[in-house]
Amino acid sequence: MDFNFTEEQQLLADTVRRFVREGYSFEHRREILKSADGWSRDSWNELAGLGLTALNVPEAHGGLNAGPVDTMLVMNALGEGLVVEPFLAAAVVTPALLSRLNDEKAAADLFPGIATGERIVIFAHQEPGTRGETSHVTTRAEKSGDGYVIDGYKNVVSHGGAADELLVSARTSGKPTDADGISIFRVDPKATGVAVKTYKTIDGQTAADVELKGVKVPASSLVGAAGKAHSAIEGTYEVAISALCAEAVGIMKAVNATTLEYTKSRKQFGVPIAKFQVLQHRMADMFLHSEQALSMSYLAAIKCTDPDRNERVRSLSAAKVVVGQSARFVGQQAIQLHGGMGMTDELMVSHHFKRLTAIDLTLGDTDFHTQRFIATPAG
Amino acid sequence: MDLNFNAEELAFREEVRTFLREKLPADIAKQIKSGLPIRAQDYTRWQKILHERGWGAPSWPKQFGGTGWGPVQLHIYDEEAAAAGAPRTIPFGLKMVAPVIMAFGNPAQQQRFLPRILSGEDWWCQGYSEPGAGSDLASLKTRAERQGDHYIVNGQKTWNTLGQHADWIFCLVRSDPNAPKQQQGISFLLIDMKTPGITVRPIITMDGAHEVNEVWFENVKVPVENRVGEENKGWTYAKFLLGHERTNIAGVGASKRELERLKAIASKELKNGKPLIEDPLFASRVAQVEIDLIALEITNLRALAQEAEKHAPGPEASVLKIKGTEIQQALTELMMYAVGPYALPFGRASSEEGDLRTVAGPDYAGPLAATYCNFRKVTIYGGSNEIQRNIISQMILGL
Repeated sequence: MDFNFTEEQQLLADTVRRFVREGYSFEHRREILKSADGWSRDSWNELAGLGLTALNVPEAHGGLNAGPVDTMLVMNALGEGLVVEPFLAAAVVTPALLSRLNDEKAAADLFPGIATGERIVIFAHQEPGTRGETSHVTTRAEKSGDGYVIDGYKNVVSHGGAADELLVSARTSGKPTDADGISIFRVDPKATGVAVKTYKTIDGQTAADVELKGVKVPASSLVGAAGKAHSAIEGTYEVAISALCAEAVGIMKAVNATTLEYTKSRKQFGVPIAKFQVLQHRMADMFLHSEQALSMSYLAAIKCTDPDRNERVRSLSAAKVVVGQSARFVGQQAIQLHGGMGMTDELMVSHHFKRLTAIDLTLGDTDFHTQRFIATPAG
Repeated sequence: MDLNFNAEELAFREEVRTFLREKLPADIAKQIKSGLPIRAQDYTRWQKILHERGWGAPSWPKQFGGTGWGPVQLHIYDEEAAAAGAPRTIPFGLKMVAPVIMAFGNPAQQQRFLPRILSGEDWWCQGYSEPGAGSDLASLKTRAERQGDHYIVNGQKTWNTLGQHADWIFCLVRSDPNAPKQQQGISFLLIDMKTPGITVRPIITMDGAHEVNEVWFENVKVPVENRVGEENKGWTYAKFLLGHERTNIAGVGASKRELERLKAIASKELKNGKPLIEDPLFASRVAQVEIDLIALEITNLRALAQEAEKHAPGPEASVLKIKGTEIQQALTELMMYAVGPYALPFGRASSEEGDLRTVAGPDYAGPLAATYCNFRKVTIYGGSNEIQRNIISQMILGL
């Protein structure tokens, strides 16, 4: 048992934290949010310069081959600063998927550009009705000549509009929730039949709905074995959940600190409102929630690559439940304790709150993961 | 970062498991795993078995006859003992007064009291709370007046746990009523329960149990040599003791055992002809507690790791107390709801010792409502959960 980080990991955490504090101020972020794309290529290049885009890329393809604990530390820091660039989507999720599909050619094609940050490759999986269920795929890829024709609809794809290339899950056989029969295809977002509708989400991030209508792709665009992608997708989701939990933990830490500061400086009835026991106890509970979430974020990082599937699923779902509930409690109480000021766009806390809210709605919410936990027997 | 036990720790766990398998009396384990109380002599019997093995005081340093185990080993031991159905440690001697005697007592006191705690010969109880001094403990009024070589003690203590079996009581008493701050006039006395003038009166709690007492002191003569540390410095020792009281307060091992019992009961009970455990609403309540317990276990391990580095439990122990007791209460509540109306019949089928049959309904249902009632105490004792929130806001948040 050991809760310490290696020197390299501490250095990584310090580096990203410094980037957030010095290069990603609230005002700077505001400017980015106002821009047409909703994220900044310059900031992205800075993150790439710190090595973050290469973090989860295998060494053989020019990456650092770091693990989920490194990703956790990065996400902690990015969460604090509410960084909106596509680190999670392009530098965590896509490498996790690509590494699990065992397709040397696709890996050799895609990883180098991912590692440098020059190419943004986005995994488009979620569909209306998915709600976290990784096997829910209704998008179909029918064999046609020496290629496939893809029809379907992907929704709220994080940074879908920024993609130079999409990795689309589509069913080559089976019924909508079968684990078997799901395949991954490389799709050019500019190809005929692909309609990408980009929009901003409430938390300041960007996402897209991707409609695929009779999209013709060559057989070579299939990544990995046909119909066998589900375990790779599920494994990718676990890695992504772990990263999201870490992001939430970083946000909660920041939220608790700003709430504490605010209640110490805000005076009512002639005293700082932090003097009131009802608020002290609320903040004690916020601390307690964030401690439990931190514990589960550790568990998630350790277990998201566990070879025992049941152990992995139970741990990650348990983590998502605790983090989702904590995020809701801490976020809601932070707004409450900031009073009217918490309602305003002017304060960071309302932005933190919105991201915490979004995290519980992403990759399966608390109810979904409670059910998945129940459905998965202990090892 | 690694959440797994290392090879040495795993070997230790195996050693503990083997010992428990071989030495834990089956009748005691059965009683505990059925959620039923055990007798005072069962606690003493188990303490003697532990003592023979050299494990009488897991949390003591070696020089006083303890095991010298570190926090991780202690945690493993606590987990395994709880899972096997071993009696909980009655904390008053081993975990409360002993650390105070070790830290602040003189060598004569250490030689006189510690070996008898270790062997289980002396049963200790606590004289802290008073009718007017609960969370505000420092306002206590029990008076100790110095008369030559003795203190004359007068007053009343309450919520004294299991004092009806006790040989000794450690007490906080007011030795200087004129001290400028009430914390400054308190002394820490060790009192023989056989001393004339002590009266123990049972308080029957709502579950029908006799677990707590009032203890009255009427001109009780206590030799000055039974005072620990300096006169009027007792509050310092009391605070030290409260710090120790919170270790293993998370109770993860016992809660894991109770979670398994809950699942077993919910698998036997039916709803609409199907096992209750398959009912989505009930299953989600059970899952919530199980998930909270997983988080608590890791929070507890983090606190242990920190304790191993800093050599003292920090204020984070308050987090463990709050979450640990909330989970304990949730488990007793769910078990009671799991059996529905058969939680209500109260009493045994006969008064014969060892007869686990309940007066009506399945035997496992018999004690559940009483336990639910009894466990309302856990968020009140040991520094109420509101006091723990005060500690978090003062010691961690700096308010």
